[in-house]
Amino acid sequence: MLVEVLFWVFASVLAVSALAMITVRNPVHSALLLVLCFFTSAAIWLLIEAEFLAVVLILVYVGAVMVLFLFVVMMLDINIEEVRARVTRYALFGGIVAGVVVFEIVSVVWTRSLGLDVTTGAQAQPAGYSNTAELGKLLYTDYVYPFELAAVLLLIAIVAAISLTMRKRAGLKQQNVSAQVAVRREDRVRIVKVEAVRPETTTPEKGA
Amino acid sequence: MIPLNWLLILSGVLFAISVAGMFINRKNLILLLMCVELLLLAVNFNFVAFSRYLNDINGQIFVFFVLTVAAAESAIGLAILVVLFRERRSINVEDLSTLKG
Repeated sequence: MLVEVLFWVFASVLAVSALAMITVRNPVHSALLLVLCFFTSAAIWLLIEAEFLAVVLILVYVGAVMVLFLFVVMMLDINIEEVRARVTRYALFGGIVAGVVVFEIVSVVWTRSLGLDVTTGAQAQPAGYSNTAELGKLLYTDYVYPFELAAVLLLIAIVAAISLTMRKRAGLKQQNVSAQVAVRREDRVRIVKVEAVRPETTTPEKGA
Repeated sequence: MIPLNWLLILSGVLFAISVAGMFINRKNLILLLMCVELLLLAVNFNFVAFSRYLNDINGQIFVFFVLTVAAAESAIGLAILVVLFRERRSINVEDLSTLKG
């Protein structure tokens, strides 16, 4: 019973924050409301016992992706009024499309054509069951190549993001590392043969 | 426990809200990217719900990969956005008509 009540609370928070996210004027508020959406979703995923993904959602999305979004939103000074000028022109059309999407999904769900008793919940996992351990076993055996490919994809994303946003500034003093490494001894060291010269100063003689 | 169709309807509502958000905020590139994130979250809801109710943990592995791809996508998307803003001083979609010919 408590789980159902919590689900309704979280579901309404999620729906309201998603609606607010697409309608508020300020992009910073939108980003913060999206953080709330992710947080509430993680709570719902915890309710249906997908603990690892709930934690990953908070760590990756709230901790990394949304911070990146907030950085970009705050870094660019966007003229909000100009961007938001003709909002209502498409609001009706968007609402109609959204209504159709909801109607279709709800009708599909209610027909129960999946051959699956959707009205009863799944059995709760036994005590001592570890979602993370199960996921880890599968991820490092059956899905090890996709896992490594995902790592390569993230590396590509890092390289692409850095190379896109890096810019050369004029007048910036930099080292030319390859020139430094390629330098030879002959380029830098000059051996000068200096003849030894007897000093011309007269030393006082001993007996004088 | 929570019935499966509650979760599916919630995910459908979330998907619809983000589709509507794409229409409403169709000029602001940052909000479009945020709506894409919300769409992917709604899809992940389905994966997690079915994985849990069919007792097949492979669905949660797929959520893991979707999260990876979404993180990479938003990183590159925001990098492109920053470069675009540096060039044009605007993120309005209507100003980006270079490829129209």
